[in-house]
Amino acid sequence: MSAPARTFAQKAIERASGSTGLAPGTIVEVKPDLYMSHTASWRCIKTFEKLAGAKIRHPERIAMVMDHVSPAPTAQVAGHHRLCREFARRYGVGHFFDVNEGIAHLVLMERGLIRPGEIIIGTDSHSTIYGALGAFGTGVGFSEITATWVTGVLWMMVPESMKVTLDGKLPPGVYPKDVMLKLIGDLTADGATYMSVEFEGSLTRMMSISERMTLCNLAMELGAKNAFVRPDSVAYEYLTAAGVADPSRHALLPDADARYVHELSIDAAQLAPQVACPHAVDNVRSVGDVAGVKLDQVFVGSCANAKYDDLLEVASILKGKKIAAGIRLLITPGSRDTMKRAADSGVLSTLIEAGAIITNPGCGACAGDGGAMDKGEVTLSTANRNFRGRMGSYESDIYLASPATAAASALTGVITDPREVLA
Amino acid sequence: MSTERTPVGGRCVKLDDHINSDVIIPGRYLTSIDPLELAKHAFEPLGREFQDRFVAAKVVVAGRNFGCGSAREQAASCLIGAGIQAVIATSFARVFFRNAINTGLAALQSAEAVAHIADGDEVFVNVAAGIIDTPRGRFSFPPYPENLTLILNAGGLIPYVSRTLAAEAHK
Repeated sequence: MSAPARTFAQKAIERASGSTGLAPGTIVEVKPDLYMSHTASWRCIKTFEKLAGAKIRHPERIAMVMDHVSPAPTAQVAGHHRLCREFARRYGVGHFFDVNEGIAHLVLMERGLIRPGEIIIGTDSHSTIYGALGAFGTGVGFSEITATWVTGVLWMMVPESMKVTLDGKLPPGVYPKDVMLKLIGDLTADGATYMSVEFEGSLTRMMSISERMTLCNLAMELGAKNAFVRPDSVAYEYLTAAGVADPSRHALLPDADARYVHELSIDAAQLAPQVACPHAVDNVRSVGDVAGVKLDQVFVGSCANAKYDDLLEVASILKGKKIAAGIRLLITPGSRDTMKRAADSGVLSTLIEAGAIITNPGCGACAGDGGAMDKGEVTLSTANRNFRGRMGSYESDIYLASPATAAASALTGVITDPREVLA
Repeated sequence: MSTERTPVGGRCVKLDDHINSDVIIPGRYLTSIDPLELAKHAFEPLGREFQDRFVAAKVVVAGRNFGCGSAREQAASCLIGAGIQAVIATSFARVFFRNAINTGLAALQSAEAVAHIADGDEVFVNVAAGIIDTPRGRFSFPPYPENLTLILNAGGLIPYVSRTLAAEAHK
């Protein structure tokens, strides 16, 4: 009798735990391939220092990225960054990226540190994004990263899996962000809690790695443990360009007859642009329902939508135009590579001419660093969270949408259907 | 602190569904990892009146998906800093649940108990026995798997790792 069919998550956890036949719900110790900590690294270090006699087991598996609150806005934060820098040098941390590099997730993928089939734990809930390259990425607390530095292992529960099949062609003005907001609105913020979300279908296969990143990143807002797109020629081309030798070495694919607790299909051709309204990511409406809401600020940034193609989309809408009077358009490129590319291609110039503020790459306003709102103000953001008070006053509002909706809205000063300017 | 044998608890505060990480502890306070300092700012977006009742409480009761959002561990440690001894919810967001166990905070799932608890009730929990006592009756919750019990009883993941290291050094 052949072994029972398995999902991607089962196979990934079996590989990393050296065990077989793991049913969902089983708790095992896994050996993650990479431990990512962002600016929270200082919390890991302070915790490590309290552990008498502790040694770092695999410094080559540690990646630190100074992406939240960077460069330092205060002396206290400067101290945190310095602690990380000095620790990385002293302990030979394998991959240290300083405040100039950008958002951890994008940087690690661009630098070839995320590989299919491998398990990455990160001090950031949106670590689900690594599924865009067929890897198993999941968010953990800072104590868990510290414990893994010392022990090399972490407990993990084998999740149930959900399959989302995306077919059909995206209509003009509709993007992967809209697909995900629609899905989150339909399934709600705990629609995939503790689950592995596998994306399949002809549309998924057509998507670039950047677009797959948006899918896997937003899967977190369904409560997912991890997300997955099967690695194909698109992924392998990206990995090869990122300098990964033998990128399929650990690649894992779900079995054709694997068991899913939930399977659903979306026909993208039927979708309209979507907007998540305050103060929850699953409070989703079609753009037409909220068109005309007055804005004070538009933010293009975050690990969800600040990649090169996102900036290009915004620039193509703003080209030769000016943003509305009184609107603050804040653009935070996701990474240094993204920013360089946008500078080289003239995208940044177009954005600046339109009236945008370009900041250094990183998490920026999404993590509450810069771009704060006063009481009663409203921001439309391309990020992945609109929780109360995340960008300043507890009495301000955040709406989430695609870069195209953000650009169209920056031109008018109110929430605007991007199809009106794309027509 | 050990939750192994004795019931813990006292007056509770009750919250709705989908209480997120940024409401529990706003990002601007993540420059601290001191539970006592963090506790001063816990639930700040909900206002002073709620915060006052929260710091006087021993148990937090919530609906679906408690702790959704960020991976910030301070969402669990700020509750400990405020003297919270257990969180009972209809369901937990994944990272919050991990962070609770790993910081030594009992996070218990019981939709039935939540449905029968009113804001301000006296609620007592016996983690080892899997029992929640409320003014409207006794409810049970599924016991933790063994390894999570070990971590929780050690007071969290770091004390657990510390103990393991000490045991290895003595070998």
